[in-house]
Amino acid sequence: MNTNNHYGAIVIGAGPAGLSAGIYLSRARVRTLILSESTVGGQMILTHEIANYPGVENISGYQLSGIMKNQAKKFGCEIKANISIEALNLNNDLKEVILSNGNRFTADAIILSPGGRSRTLGVPGEDILKGKGISYCATCDGDFFTNKEIMVVGGGNSALEEAVSLTRYASKATIVHQFDHFQAFEYAVEEAEQNPKISFMMESTISGFFGDEKLEGVEITDLKDGSKQNHAIDGVFIFIGYVPNTEFLQGKVELNKWKEIIVDPNMQTNVKGVFAAGDSIVKKYRQVTTAVADGTIAALAASRYIHELHKAKTLLPV
Amino acid sequence: MLYTNLKHLMTAADHKKLISENENVMVCCGRMGPMCIPVYGIMEDIQDEYPHVVFADMEFDNPEAHVIRNAPETKIFMGIPFTMYYKNGKLVKATSSIQSKGQVTSILDREFEISDVLV
Repeated sequence: MNTNNHYGAIVIGAGPAGLSAGIYLSRARVRTLILSESTVGGQMILTHEIANYPGVENISGYQLSGIMKNQAKKFGCEIKANISIEALNLNNDLKEVILSNGNRFTADAIILSPGGRSRTLGVPGEDILKGKGISYCATCDGDFFTNKEIMVVGGGNSALEEAVSLTRYASKATIVHQFDHFQAFEYAVEEAEQNPKISFMMESTISGFFGDEKLEGVEITDLKDGSKQNHAIDGVFIFIGYVPNTEFLQGKVELNKWKEIIVDPNMQTNVKGVFAAGDSIVKKYRQVTTAVADGTIAALAASRYIHELHKAKTLLPV
Repeated sequence: MLYTNLKHLMTAADHKKLISENENVMVCCGRMGPMCIPVYGIMEDIQDEYPHVVFADMEFDNPEAHVIRNAPETKIFMGIPFTMYYKNGKLVKATSSIQSKGQVTSILDREFEISDVLV
């Protein structure tokens, strides 16, 4: 075992759950490494203003993640961001993480906090025309669509609220939704229905995007009869929820049908020495505060597990 | 000003000076929003791996950012950030909207390849 590359705990993911786990573990003198496949902060950095994090009146998600990162580092936690995980071996007492650059790390315990990401439609043309007519952020890109016709895909609060906000710029917004009803709160539905610039295309989905240099139109599939029709359009905004970043955990820990990690109240997964926390676990409420709480519990449980593991090893007959 | 740990370009003159004085330059022009912050984060994280590239940002709403917003190559762009890659002062690649680390590094590796150096 290479002791330089061996840690008490490796945390995968550097959102509020992972950073909290890093703070607690490092402060408890557990040598800890946080590995993140994206930028430190997770979904939290995408929040313009956080006004309900107790003890902090008002702060941007970017700033809060910077504070958490520095706090973890101050206690000795090591952080490697924007890495790519090649392999993960969780079954033995000695857990192993191999990165795509060949670096190999081992640990007594692992905390999984990979978080989630915006869901994409995954249809032809989407990736190529992203930023050239297809957007996932109304506040970022709304002004590019001044006096243009757009579509908004989705039926939740984000889709309906963002559609209303986009009518400040767009001349017309069509909400495309796969069901015959919305999942959004009643107030959001009413506001969208009362907006004269908004129309609705229900039980329909976008099945393709087309355009040479930029988006020129979409193919709409009517989900009632399967018929397809092309529509010319200047822009499409997609708000269809989040998916957990758990593809790399398939077959390694138990996931539910939505690919969320199943944990017990101590954030323990079905694999000994492997814990999970944050937006990627099975739970109802996803907030910075709940992620921080999950990360804390996972860290405390992992510390206890590592302690028991070492105790058991020293008691083994020679 | 963008609160990143990158070099900030405040004026069109800063921009011109940077790209004319450095062989390889990557500039991300955006706001502190969800599509831009991940790109700044990637740039901050890979700076040490690409010492032959200068990384900088420029605020999209800064009037001086016209040098990027009005570049012919960004005419079709409809999503921030506008990320520009300059080689010897000339724009060699530009992308619109959020990019992954893989997308960024593949451009850096292709456009700013380190040529064989005689030692």
